[in-house]
Amino acid sequence: MTVPNKPAFVRTEILPAKAPPVRATGITLWVRKNLLSSWLNVILTSLVLYALIRITYGLWPWLANGVWEADSLAHCREILAASGLGPTDGACFAVINDRWHQLLFGFYPSELYWRPILAMILFLGGLAPILFFSLPRSLLTFSCLAPFACFWLLWGGSAWVPLAAIGGLVIAGLAIRVLSKWLSSTLAVCGGIAIGLIFYLIGFSSFVSFAEGIFPLSIQQVASREFGGFMLAATIGLSAIVLSLPLGILLALARQSDLPLIKWCAIVFIEVVRGVPLIVWLFTAQLLLNYFLPPGTSFDLTLRVIIMVTLFAAAYIAEVIRGGLAALPKGQYEGADSLGLSYWQATRMIILPQALKISIPAIVNEFIGLFKDTTLVVFIGLLDPIGVARAIQATPEWNGIYWELFTFIGLLFFVVCYAMARYSLHLENKLRRGHN
Amino acid sequence: MTDVSQVLVASGAIDPQPSVEIVGMNKWYGNYHALKDIDLVVAEGERLVVCGPSGSGKSTMIRCINGLEDYQEGSIHVDGTLLSSDVKDIDKVRSDVGMVFQHFNLFPHLSILENCVLAPTWVRKMPQKEAKDIAMHFLERVKIPDQAHKYPGQLSGGQQQRVAIARSLCMQPRIMLFDEPTSALDPEMIKEVLDTMITLAEDGMTMICVTHEMGFARQAADRVIFMDAGQIIEENAPDQFFDDPQSPRTKMFLNQILGH
Ligand SMILES: Nc1ncnc2c1ncn2[C@@H]1O[C@H](COP(=O)(O)OP(=O)(O)O)[C@@H](O)[C@H]1O
Ligand SMILES: [Mg+2]
Repeated sequence: MTVPNKPAFVRTEILPAKAPPVRATGITLWVRKNLLSSWLNVILTSLVLYALIRITYGLWPWLANGVWEADSLAHCREILAASGLGPTDGACFAVINDRWHQLLFGFYPSELYWRPILAMILFLGGLAPILFFSLPRSLLTFSCLAPFACFWLLWGGSAWVPLAAIGGLVIAGLAIRVLSKWLSSTLAVCGGIAIGLIFYLIGFSSFVSFAEGIFPLSIQQVASREFGGFMLAATIGLSAIVLSLPLGILLALARQSDLPLIKWCAIVFIEVVRGVPLIVWLFTAQLLLNYFLPPGTSFDLTLRVIIMVTLFAAAYIAEVIRGGLAALPKGQYEGADSLGLSYWQATRMIILPQALKISIPAIVNEFIGLFKDTTLVVFIGLLDPIGVARAIQATPEWNGIYWELFTFIGLLFFVVCYAMARYSLHLENKLRRGHN
Repeated sequence: MTDVSQVLVASGAIDPQPSVEIVGMNKWYGNYHALKDIDLVVAEGERLVVCGPSGSGKSTMIRCINGLEDYQEGSIHVDGTLLSSDVKDIDKVRSDVGMVFQHFNLFPHLSILENCVLAPTWVRKMPQKEAKDIAMHFLERVKIPDQAHKYPGQLSGGQQQRVAIARSLCMQPRIMLFDEPTSALDPEMIKEVLDTMITLAEDGMTMICVTHEMGFARQAADRVIFMDAGQIIEENAPDQFFDDPQSPRTKMFLNQILGH
């Protein structure tokens, strides 16, 4: 048998690199490839298309015929009827036009609207250097101070209150620094916290009234019950988000601690807080929290709710972060230990950055849930957007209006939650590109 | 100092202050007796190779030396410091003892240079600039200065292990521990890591290496110990150890790893 032409399986020379083939592009190709590639795909595509058309068809006239200028629901319907439409053929957005300020600010005095707006700007400004690492690190000082300024702007009163609060933190920090010269770092931290607490419980109010007496620094006070609408949701939600992350991290670390006492405290706290519905905790905040505080201090209801929501969220965040910590290979702990890094150094620079990176999607998921759960405060009598909407529905002019208000409220929440989701994606991509 | 070492010092067998001195050390994992009556003295500048079958307690012993594992009986002194449950002592020993792991244990979220600079700046409180200079010096010595700004995940296994060695060296340790540094590597990368270790040995570093690389042991080690079932069974100079093993367990083990 003869082999006529030996096939060239073996190259005799190194081939030059070629450019990759030109990718066929174009909209028709994309459609064919992604939507119509098989019969099943064609059917699914048609079904989705049909549903989309039906929804648009039903919704569009309602939106397009919407009435923006009217004094009441009845007036809206008259206007619709004048153009030959039934009462449900067009939306009555006039209610938003009429009441947007209540939906946003509740009963906050209208001449002071600039204060929550400025607080929001300060808050976002303080958040920016934390969210975007490319901004100069020196801005973090501003981030630390912004929450105190926000507090002062929202509630008003004496500027000495937030200043004294900062002072308490500084005292605790100094105490930790001084104590750590003699004690182990964990003991020093506990001591510093104790000294800070003593200042808050004993020295705080006398310091404020003393300083206010010498150098008054007050702006008009706004009571918590005047807070309302989206501003209230944002105040509670964003405060709880910002506070629950560090608390959750500490709880997660405590739950992994070698010290049985700390570990068991963390476990009990987390399990108890998680095991009871948020609404029960909110009622507790409304009724009970005052009993645990020293006599004579009457504590603002909104602040109490913020504390409760923070503790609640912290328990969930702690569990999410514990998952991240558990996912780290043991070698990372050992690598850090073998270099002589202390527990806190290893935790801060090696363990947490990696554990948080793993848990980002879950953390943001918790935050989104938390932000929406703030609407539950309506049950303890706070006028969050839902509460305001109900109040508006109870007025004679707008009695019977539903969709327009809830669409607006839904949009407000969607914007915030969607922004969080997008940021989470951005961060994940960025960190993925950074390493390996 | 303990009785045993006093005898040894008097007989002139070891330096007055050995780098590592383990006396009557026992370790249990729960009920499992992992290390049994370990006595071991490593002099300053000595290169010790530890070998033995898997599960014989080599890693456990070497990890006890820098406090990654605790022990229940006996004592371990490192450069004169007793390793007990005192956290300050453990941190001090760890900063003076470098450790290289089988799986490198580099920090994946930090660049190569940051990996090397981290401990000197935070543990030794060295200024950033000086720490960087030292890091670049050691990265050059392990022959990867041009990768300093990459991340560990972008390097080959052999390169990662050399970075891990450089990272330990940046702390300017007095003792280096190696726990099977080449056994997770592809054959062609083993040599580059061993070469690095040999250079280190030639510079007079005190080294304790868990390894089965016979070539390295013959070329660089002063002494080889053989462990089995949590005990040190044999101790000898490298050539005698490999050419004329005394205990039958050692013979069997050498037959297995040498494949004849
Ligand atoms: N963390 C641990 N918990 C329980 N047993 C362990 C642990 N680490 C090691 N051991 C056991 O101790 C023995 C010695 O292990 P090791 O020191 O890793 O051996 P080698 O490094 O010589 O292979 C083995 O039997 C192993 O199963
Ligand atoms: Mg081992």
